[in-house]
Amino acid sequence: MTVTSTPLKEQPGRAVDVASSPRRLRRSASTRRDRLVAALGLLALIGVVIDVWLGLWVTPPDQTLGNLVRLLYIHPALAWVMYIAYGIAFLSSILYLWPRTRSPRFDHLAGAAAEVGVVFTGLTLVTGSIWGRPTWGTWWTWDPLLTTTALLFVLYLGYLAVRRVPGDPATRAKRSAVAALVAFIDVPVVYFSVLWWRSLHQLPTVDDPVTGKTYVHGSMAWTLLLSFVSFSLVFLWLLIHRYRLSLLAEKESDELLAIAMAERRGEVAR
Amino acid sequence: MWRDALLVAGKDLRVELRSRVALAEVAPFALVVLVLFGLALGPDRSVLQNVATGLFWVAALLATVLAVQRSFAIEAADDARDGLRLSGLDPAGVFAGKGLAIAAQLVVIEIVLAVVAALLFDVHLSGGLTLIAICVAATTGLVAVGTVYGAVAARARVRETLLPLLFLPVVAPVLLAAVKASKAALAGTPSHGYGWLELLGVFAVVYVAVGAVAFGPLVED
Repeated sequence: MTVTSTPLKEQPGRAVDVASSPRRLRRSASTRRDRLVAALGLLALIGVVIDVWLGLWVTPPDQTLGNLVRLLYIHPALAWVMYIAYGIAFLSSILYLWPRTRSPRFDHLAGAAAEVGVVFTGLTLVTGSIWGRPTWGTWWTWDPLLTTTALLFVLYLGYLAVRRVPGDPATRAKRSAVAALVAFIDVPVVYFSVLWWRSLHQLPTVDDPVTGKTYVHGSMAWTLLLSFVSFSLVFLWLLIHRYRLSLLAEKESDELLAIAMAERRGEVAR
Repeated sequence: MWRDALLVAGKDLRVELRSRVALAEVAPFALVVLVLFGLALGPDRSVLQNVATGLFWVAALLATVLAVQRSFAIEAADDARDGLRLSGLDPAGVFAGKGLAIAAQLVVIEIVLAVVAALLFDVHLSGGLTLIAICVAATTGLVAVGTVYGAVAARARVRETLLPLLFLPVVAPVLLAAVKASKAALAGTPSHGYGWLELLGVFAVVYVAVGAVAFGPLVED
């Protein structure tokens, strides 16, 4: 779906349809917000660039892992963002289902968070796989974290599929909120069952940033920390944009419907 | 609520008794799955004995998808859903009723499947009581998730493809735990599977609770 971004600046061809709308009055407020979001995006970009520089050039290779350790500066941060994203999707779904806090905004937020979360889950899987090939000698292993992440990916693809089902927005919002609830509750169950299943073979120590910190020092620790901060900023920036796009897409479909109905009424009147 | 549940379950089971879809279509489908697995994994008896429990539960999972689809197809025909909604039944009762009916059908299918799997893969069915407990706990969990997602997918035009995508990843822990527990029971060491049985129980309780709460918003519109 193609939606024009707010506000429509200096585009005479497109500005025609908003010129008569009261939204123009709110333009100054929305530009200020735009600037904040743009600043956030810039900050995220700077953070990622510095992280890449630190991760690839400044930090030393690891004693045992060699240059592979540099994946540590993206992979755990990606996984962290993924959990934050699904947490936000879960909380906003609960807020939507709770009658007193029910608002379409929470539905849009949940959808936006889950969508960004799925992207980060995919990236987590890919970077994890790249890590696994040289260290464990295989692209894939049935490690608890890997298996849980793979299931998370599929779970939330299902959630996004529910969101794509056409229909009344309120019905869709309720359905997808329930789907998000069911999916999120499953995460710890999946994790512990898989952990238990593989308990004889391997415990998640390599992937865990908390236990991993014991051998991370100096510039490496700072780079790792920066990766968490800058990836979180990237996430926030993506989330805000996706959320606004979602709101705009709904507004667009509402207005198109209103126009179509007005035309239809005109035909009937004639 | 329980009276409502029994009413809905009775209605669904009467529809099933008269149409025999679960017995005449879902159960044979599950058996086909078992036979196909047998063909795919070759005639080596020791391999088949080793994977028999896994195959049984995968077949049961696929049968659950079909049973749930059938249960919500009943409501879609002739706008029966609106009738159910207007009847003023407690949503938690409707959830429990639909779940009970699906579970009753699944238990029958599972018994047939278990006997056929035992024959096909040459497995001796032992540890009866534990196996029954595993079946009850696993089926409750499967049906609870299935009924919620059945309602989520119910009015979507893509429901046939949506339901398996939603349902199967969520019940992955059930598959894992049920396979492990029944393997332990069949090996004559049921106590090794008690942890898994507990997991099945927790899963069932959690999702029955979620379903009873979440079913209201799903059917009210």
